[in-house]
Amino acid sequence: MQTINFLKPNRDNIKNYSIIGSFLVLVSLIDVISNAFLKINLTSFLPGSLTTLFPLIIGLIGLNMMRIDYSGHKTLDLLNKNINTNNFNAFLTLVILFSIIKALPQSLSWMIFDATISGDSKDACTGTGACWTYIKVWFRRFMYGMYPNEFHWRINTAFILVIALGFVGYFMKENLKKYLALYYVIIYPVIAYLVIYYLISGGSFGLQWVETGAWGGLSLTFIVSFFCLIFCFPLGMIFALGRRSNLPVIKYISICYIEFWRGVPLITVLFMSSVMFPMFLPEDFFMDKLVRVIIAITLFEAAYCAEVIRGGLQSLPRGQYDAAKSLGMGYWKMHIFVILPQALKLVIPGIANTFLALVKDTPLIFVVGLAELAGMLALAKTNPKWLGFAMEGYIFASIVFWIICYAMSKYSYNLEAKYKTER
Amino acid sequence: MNNIIKRYIPQILAILFVVLIFGFLTLNAQTNMDNRGIDFGFGFLSQESSFDVQFSLIEYSGSDSYARAFLVGLLNTLLVSFISIIICTILGVIIGVARLSSNYLIKNSAAWYVEFFRNIPLLLQIFFWYYAALRALPMPEKADAWFGVTYMTVKGYYIPAMVWENLNVFLYCGLAAIIAIIVLRNYANNLRDTQGKQIPVLLYSVGLLIVLPLLSFLFGGVSLEFEIPELKKLSKISYIYEGGISLPPELIALVLALSLYTSTFVAECVRAGIEGVSKGQKEAAASVGLTPNQVLKLVIMPQALRIIIPPTTNQYLNLTKNSSLAAAIAYPDLVLVFAGTALMQTGKAIEIVSITMLTYLTISLTIAAIMNWYNKKIEIKEK
Repeated sequence: MQTINFLKPNRDNIKNYSIIGSFLVLVSLIDVISNAFLKINLTSFLPGSLTTLFPLIIGLIGLNMMRIDYSGHKTLDLLNKNINTNNFNAFLTLVILFSIIKALPQSLSWMIFDATISGDSKDACTGTGACWTYIKVWFRRFMYGMYPNEFHWRINTAFILVIALGFVGYFMKENLKKYLALYYVIIYPVIAYLVIYYLISGGSFGLQWVETGAWGGLSLTFIVSFFCLIFCFPLGMIFALGRRSNLPVIKYISICYIEFWRGVPLITVLFMSSVMFPMFLPEDFFMDKLVRVIIAITLFEAAYCAEVIRGGLQSLPRGQYDAAKSLGMGYWKMHIFVILPQALKLVIPGIANTFLALVKDTPLIFVVGLAELAGMLALAKTNPKWLGFAMEGYIFASIVFWIICYAMSKYSYNLEAKYKTER
Repeated sequence: MNNIIKRYIPQILAILFVVLIFGFLTLNAQTNMDNRGIDFGFGFLSQESSFDVQFSLIEYSGSDSYARAFLVGLLNTLLVSFISIIICTILGVIIGVARLSSNYLIKNSAAWYVEFFRNIPLLLQIFFWYYAALRALPMPEKADAWFGVTYMTVKGYYIPAMVWENLNVFLYCGLAAIIAIIVLRNYANNLRDTQGKQIPVLLYSVGLLIVLPLLSFLFGGVSLEFEIPELKKLSKISYIYEGGISLPPELIALVLALSLYTSTFVAECVRAGIEGVSKGQKEAAASVGLTPNQVLKLVIMPQALRIIIPPTTNQYLNLTKNSSLAAAIAYPDLVLVFAGTALMQTGKAIEIVSITMLTYLTISLTIAAIMNWYNKKIEIKEK
């Protein structure tokens, strides 16, 4: 005898339950959407807080009715498996859906529909939305700092040159490939330094001198992180090898170095570079603030780099060392030709993460008075002509940094996946 | 002979190199200080500081010494780190578990949360909260009461203050409760190991924690009153809340940014830890007849915690170091009070920066040492 089971949905009454269930969920969604987008309260006839809870209750009942195990219906099964495994999950699903729907119209209208981007002064921003005019007017400052407008091509050219030189290794001839490490560790940094020095600083070849105090914006972030990046890697390698050395003096010097820099916050290191370091230099020796900051960050990040590389060195099986030694290789030969190539390949994801941290740390140079993006924002925010647009500025900067860092972290994930399969 | 040369020459060179660098720097510092007429020494610590700090946990005024200013800064740093660590742990565990959820929406929301907050520089997040988000709050006179007694305003968050009488009796009772719980736990473990009996330790512990301090109210003469902040008119347009505790916006912005940022890293640690326990463990535990709750409590968590705790401690350490970013929004932490204001006034750059760095170094190394000890202790002892 067939009994109709009202309370427990199963395969027999799947049709009724799935239709009623999806109808109820639909009703709850329509209620929330009309509430958020059209500002119409469909359930205003209900008393008190029941109005706000109504879609949640209806949706929960609907999802509960739709929850049929092995229904044989593909879409329904997929839905149940992914968002509707039990009542608690159904509740969380609804809460997330509703909050997204509720937040969407507000943020969309603020960021896009009510926002202004035309005009070139504060007066253009009369709407209730964001004032992207502010970003548009200040865009060059945010990118290049106080660098003179007519010389911006110099920064662009320098960057393009440096990036192009970075890709040289890719197109090197086979017989030159053995000098690849030499190129990247020694020649490339020198060339990059010369390019940046002569193009961006100027002072010769008919280019006007621009002091580093005028550098700023996102380009300064790139310059600082670029130099720290190429210098901290070899330094970190030296200290990683030093820490693994069996010569006690070298080992303990390396340990002290690494633990010291890892134990202090970057901000104190920057303070040190700006107020304490000049005291340690010879009397008539002047070092530019930017150079001091780059040295400080390099020394700091090298310690983190060293720890990552040490991890790679440690994870190599002992057999590699023994095999190299039994071939009669000395310390340096063994490390350069056998150990380091393998260890460095292992730590590429870790190194990428260190570089990511480095890029995220560069805005800190703001505290010693170098105006990169965060510094320029602070400057623009206090400009009497443009008061009250802090929100737009910080959202813009966040988006810029987010894109850079997200791309880097995705790239490091890819590298990690790539090298995982090879082993 | 060859071996000896190979062994000692590099070491001697390294020592020489380090000594030369330090000698060179010291010599320069000596001449520089002589030329500028500055003398090296820590005597300034006992001098009168004559500057004020906006927010401090201990009594402090301009007539106190620089050493006390240092203490004020240190306590503020520890306060903000402590609050942020608690919040970021709670958030991190929730997000980390959510990332392993079978629910598509929850899993992806958690993943986006992590990607979002992890990839924006912390300094920008602090600025965003401080200069953009918290500035949009209402003025004191227009603020609505949250939970009836607290006020979130542009000038800070005002919460009721607790006025205790005989606080020490209350604390002793709490301490007694904790000791009683430890004794109870040992007794319960003993009972379980020897006789196989189980007693609901958790229930008893919660009971003890509630009942003993309550007794202190009834018999110990402890009393607790709340001092609720009240709106007061300073001038025609300026209002302020009086009474209660005021948490400055700098503190709130810092706590928000630090805990949201660090919670993403904690979440990743938690996720890695739970994923790191092999599936076989769960199946084996289930097949010997443990209930799902017991599987989680007795099999999964102890193993997951072994993976989770070391990197998470590292994140706490990072958080403490990152709290020095407070200087950028003028929250009076160690860096701002000591390496900022005190340095400006005394000009003792070398001494002050060294003290600041050494303080952070001490905190880091202490925690690192405890972690090493802990790691040794929980290491899987293979036979």
